[in-house]
Amino acid sequence: MASNTQQTADGAHGGAEAAGMPQLDFSTFGNQIFWLVVTLVVIYFVLTKVALPRIEAVLSERRGTITNDLTAAEDLKQKAVEAEEAYNKALAEARAEANKIVAEARADIQADVDVAAAKADAEIAAKAAESEAAIAEIRAGAVDSVKTVAKDAAKEILASFGYKTDAKTVTAAVTSRMKG
Amino acid sequence: MADQSEKQGAGPIIKIAFFAVLALVLISGLIFAPENPGLAIHPMDQFEIKPLFGGDHLGTFTPTNQTLWMVLAIVGIVLLLVVGSRGRAIVPTRGQSVAEMLYGFVYKMVEDVAGKDAVKYFPGIMTLFMFILFANFLGLIPTSFTPTSHIAVTAVLALIVFVFVTVLGFVKNGMGFLGLFWVSAAPLALRPVLALIELISYFVRPVSHSIRLAGNVMAGHAVIKVFAGFAAALGMFSFLPILAISAVYALEVLVAFIQAYVFTILTCVYLKDALHPSH
Repeated sequence: MASNTQQTADGAHGGAEAAGMPQLDFSTFGNQIFWLVVTLVVIYFVLTKVALPRIEAVLSERRGTITNDLTAAEDLKQKAVEAEEAYNKALAEARAEANKIVAEARADIQADVDVAAAKADAEIAAKAAESEAAIAEIRAGAVDSVKTVAKDAAKEILASFGYKTDAKTVTAAVTSRMKG
Repeated sequence: MADQSEKQGAGPIIKIAFFAVLALVLISGLIFAPENPGLAIHPMDQFEIKPLFGGDHLGTFTPTNQTLWMVLAIVGIVLLLVVGSRGRAIVPTRGQSVAEMLYGFVYKMVEDVAGKDAVKYFPGIMTLFMFILFANFLGLIPTSFTPTSHIAVTAVLALIVFVFVTVLGFVKNGMGFLGLFWVSAAPLALRPVLALIELISYFVRPVSHSIRLAGNVMAGHAVIKVFAGFAAALGMFSFLPILAISAVYALEVLVAFIQAYVFTILTCVYLKDALHPSH
């Protein structure tokens, strides 16, 4: 307390300080206020010139980065959705195309089959007609042969019995006989 | 079950025992103090302002122990806010993170309490907050000096706020600033009375604003010093005051922050009154 009393011996409130309140020693106030103001001015300049703009810049840069990242993420998400849509669309188109191709192929095949069937039918009909004609011819041939054989046989039989016969008569007789 | 109830009961009993012993120590200290020549407690000595480089003369510009700790506060602020943020990292380091947190804390306080148009006074408020915070915390280092324990310092801080806010109020609102004292929500007959009360409370603001800070800081430091004096005198029982010092010290760490916060938020409230004086 020695220095304290020395300092404040000239102070108006020497009594208060003797009780031990250096805070009430008014002789130090000028000094305290001077250094406080110096300190505050220094802090104010350090903050406004360096610290606060820098921290503000860092914070806004971070905010910007985060916003950009979120926007980019949103874009990528949008792209993913679009890609999925495109994929689904392509898939649907491919499916429709395939169905169309299948239907066309089926129609083609059907047409081919129809044409082939018609052709086959026509061929069969032609062959059947041909065969019928051949059969008719054969049948006609057979009747003529029988007629000839019967005429010849009748002539030979009549000749062997000693009859002189006229060829015309024999033919007429055989023909009328064969007609029944 | 019995075990559990015993555990639950243990907490309050220990607390009561602790405070009982504390009270006994305090009382015995006060009673036996005159008989004990070793017990010479000078809790206020720590607040003495002495020239830093010796000598008895204390002029206005003499660097003192208080000057030293103010300069150390500046150094601390520079280390935290300038050196800490020099990386400008998008993903902050620990130091930068703390600097950003303090920035955001005060910025949000100004914005929320005083309004968006008060944001341009943010650097000044940040200056006050950082100075008080560092002065308080550096003052918690044993044998250090706490500038904010001096009423001269806190009174200047409070007067800066008071004068600034009052001038700002008149500049921004003209005579409309006097509407702050005219409670238009009250019945007409009561208004003059309320105006008087409002006026008195307005001029008491810097007093309470400064004494709250200096008083809290000074009281805490003085109590620690008193307990330290007991510890020196009590011999084998000195562990009790030492425990008490630990507890008070923890409280003081809290007070160091809370008082800086309270001073700042009150500044914001006064600023809000100046910008928007209507009730």
